[in-house]
Amino acid sequence: MTKMLPPRYLSTTNACKLCKPLGACLAFRGIEGAIPFLHGSQGCATYMRRYIISHFNEPIDIASSSLGEKNAIFGGGPNLKLGLTNVTAKYKPALIGLATTCLTETIGDDVPTILSEHRRERGENSATDPLVVQVSTPSYSGTHMEGFHAAVLATVEQLAQGGPKADSLNLFSGFVSTADLRYLKEVMADFGLNATILPDYSETLDGPALLEYQLIPQGGTPIAAIRAMGRAQATIECGATLPAKTGGTYLAETFQVPNQRLGLPMGIRESDRFFAALEKLSGAPMPDKYGQTRGRLLDSLVDGHKYVFGKRAVVYGEEDLVVGLTAFLVEIGVQPVLCGSGGQSGRLKEAIRAVCGDLLQDLPEIHEGVDFFEIEERAAQLRPDLLVGHSKGYALSRKAGIPLVRVGFPIHDRLGGQRILHLGYQGAQQLFDTIANTLIAAKQDGSDVGYSYM
Amino acid sequence: MQAAIFEERQNQIHRKGDKPFAIECDKDSLAGAVSQRACVFCGSRVVLYPIADALHLVHGPIGCAVYTWDIRGALSSGPELHRLSFSTDLQETDVIFGGEKKLYAALGELIDRHQPKAAFVYSTCIVGIIGDDLEAVCKKVSAEKGIPVLPVQSEGFKGNKRAGYRAACKAMNRLVGTGDTTGISPYSLNILGDFNLAGEIWLIREYFNKMGVEVVANITGDGRIDDIKRAHGAALNVVQCSGSTMELAGMMERDYGIPSLRVSYFGVEDMAESLYAVARFFKDPEMMRRTQELVKEELATLLPELAEYKKALTGKKAAIYVGGAFKAFSLVKAFRLIGMDVVMVGSQTGTNADYEELQSITDEGTIIVDDSNPLELSAFLQEKEVDIFVGGVKERPIAYKLGVAFCDHNHERKEMLAGFAGMLNFAREVYSSVMSPVWRFVPRKTKENCHD
Repeated sequence: MTKMLPPRYLSTTNACKLCKPLGACLAFRGIEGAIPFLHGSQGCATYMRRYIISHFNEPIDIASSSLGEKNAIFGGGPNLKLGLTNVTAKYKPALIGLATTCLTETIGDDVPTILSEHRRERGENSATDPLVVQVSTPSYSGTHMEGFHAAVLATVEQLAQGGPKADSLNLFSGFVSTADLRYLKEVMADFGLNATILPDYSETLDGPALLEYQLIPQGGTPIAAIRAMGRAQATIECGATLPAKTGGTYLAETFQVPNQRLGLPMGIRESDRFFAALEKLSGAPMPDKYGQTRGRLLDSLVDGHKYVFGKRAVVYGEEDLVVGLTAFLVEIGVQPVLCGSGGQSGRLKEAIRAVCGDLLQDLPEIHEGVDFFEIEERAAQLRPDLLVGHSKGYALSRKAGIPLVRVGFPIHDRLGGQRILHLGYQGAQQLFDTIANTLIAAKQDGSDVGYSYM
Repeated sequence: MQAAIFEERQNQIHRKGDKPFAIECDKDSLAGAVSQRACVFCGSRVVLYPIADALHLVHGPIGCAVYTWDIRGALSSGPELHRLSFSTDLQETDVIFGGEKKLYAALGELIDRHQPKAAFVYSTCIVGIIGDDLEAVCKKVSAEKGIPVLPVQSEGFKGNKRAGYRAACKAMNRLVGTGDTTGISPYSLNILGDFNLAGEIWLIREYFNKMGVEVVANITGDGRIDDIKRAHGAALNVVQCSGSTMELAGMMERDYGIPSLRVSYFGVEDMAESLYAVARFFKDPEMMRRTQELVKEELATLLPELAEYKKALTGKKAAIYVGGAFKAFSLVKAFRLIGMDVVMVGSQTGTNADYEELQSITDEGTIIVDDSNPLELSAFLQEKEVDIFVGGVKERPIAYKLGVAFCDHNHERKEMLAGFAGMLNFAREVYSSVMSPVWRFVPRKTKENCHD
């Protein structure tokens, strides 16, 4: 059945996406000893810091080449070099993750050439200078997710090396929460797998209270481990709408590391696939504790199924996340009526069709490149019971009186966005409890009686 | 400590009493120094943002618009168009072939949809490079739609935040003088540089109202296009946050002979003095009497309550890092009023005169800093053993990570800190962070306790 698609607008109102360099900064933040560096005007770095801080409640320093008018005319090379020298002197990073912006892409700065000039000019100093991983992220093509994946790919391309096979596994888990990353590390350890997760910002964007300020916080994927990615036994990369060329495909082509693509392990079936892959790779059965968690999840789904069945949901956010959420929602009997993203991978529809499988007769409306103005227009028609997505849907939630279940990034209007667990059976459990309780609360609050039992 | 300071930045930091006062400022940020500043676009966006019945269209790729979507606590008593984020969301093909067509179409679409009183079109970095003729597109749309459509020349790289203020003032000045001024009282003024965070401007308007002064336009807070158009009918401009809007006051003085007063609504002394200055300007003894009455009444309830906070907070140490230096003056005085010592004070965009003023009102040893960064700020907080840090979102995690209390005094805040009532809120904010038991458990304090 074909759905009527809404009219498309030329302008964007309340975007459901962020810009490309932001994704690159987040990825670089997940490398041990690294500092993200934006080649552009000062505002980009500052705005993105502010945006990221408001979710994680953590410091995030992003250096900038702080281009001025003269640099924009005569080239940003001198400022880039000065910036690299300065950030090296004060932050003493092991690695600088250098991303471009729309300004420097448009004035045509040739970053690789500037970098090799810089190395030459540094003379003896260059021996102890940090590594520089460089990625092109013009914000006029793609969203923060393309920036994130591009930074991961650039890191692998520029650092990974071949050699004798090591007893390790590569995991590109995508843009997940810090709680998700901690969970994945635990899973890997429990399977006895020596996994390199890239990027790993579980500590660098969610660290403990400190006595001394750390300019570059502890944690992150060790550079040595990234170098060894070319020697791994296998790669798993998560994301149902990944670009054609990624860290995983690069390692497969260059170093013949077998690459397996899976969706984000969200809900029952996608988690089952993920754990099955780990069983195969480790040669060990899933540890009992995960079986137990899965069992408790199923038990709770039975307990709560009536409260969620047939409820209509609008799901929005990054494409991979939307696919994962949709996979789970259809498993619990929630009817997704709109799946939307500001991203435009061209793969969203197919991915959603695949995860819904035979659980859904009618596919929901699926919109790539959507903004919140359009989502709101469609929501007025579709009359959902629930919104599932990041906190930028709050305006719609408030206006239309539809409850919002907050997941993903950013969560700017609640504490603990970084601690939301989305992945695995345990993440599904938390999602289920939150969704069911949100719906129960809406019914209870809207009731004349106010029953004190469900 | 020296390790935290770039050689190039040494002259942007002054320790009072070390040597004769001298500070460098209003410079481009040092590359690689992780400045807390934003850009020209940010400066323009800040100033124009609270004009609630205008369309604010950001012409550029998505980032600039999405990072400024509903980020400020500037309230409106009516329309809330300013809380939406509009962008032309330029794509690669627009960058190659030019973005004028898309801008023209987007403006038409959005004006038809929202029926704004005017539109501001912000230029971003890339627009400055690809050379779109904003002026021409705006002119065309303005003629077609019959509303003012104003280009804001706010390409991010063309200077710092101050340049953005200037661009915003220029855009607003094109509106001033186009409205009907009949019926405006000779006792009248415009409020510039208050952003109506948490409804502050409503409180200030009420004070002026009680004094018998008509407010013609609150230009930068709960702002309306029609008010700005007739702002030239006012007898006086009162300018807070002078860095951002003094330029507009200057233009209005030049074009319409309207004098201006610099004011501040933060802290008891500055709030009272601002009202008195307005009363003195109008040279009306009755008005002065009413003003004295107002201040007396406010203080009668405020001071006893403040005394309680002062008892708890006396001797605690504060650090300040804010956007504009003018706010810092008031904060220094406000902290003194509740018994606290300011040991560090800085701003993103202060001028030499601002810093000179800061050094004259602070104690020996106070660190004064221009355009600082996390490296320096964290070092200063540790060196000075600060109890509370006042700043914005980007400063907050630096304080919290180190176990230092924090008060948000930026545009994102949701607490009213201006006016007499605002002073009490400020004291309460400071108190509720400084006195929280959580600090007892953070590494900083547990270490101190070990030494006891």
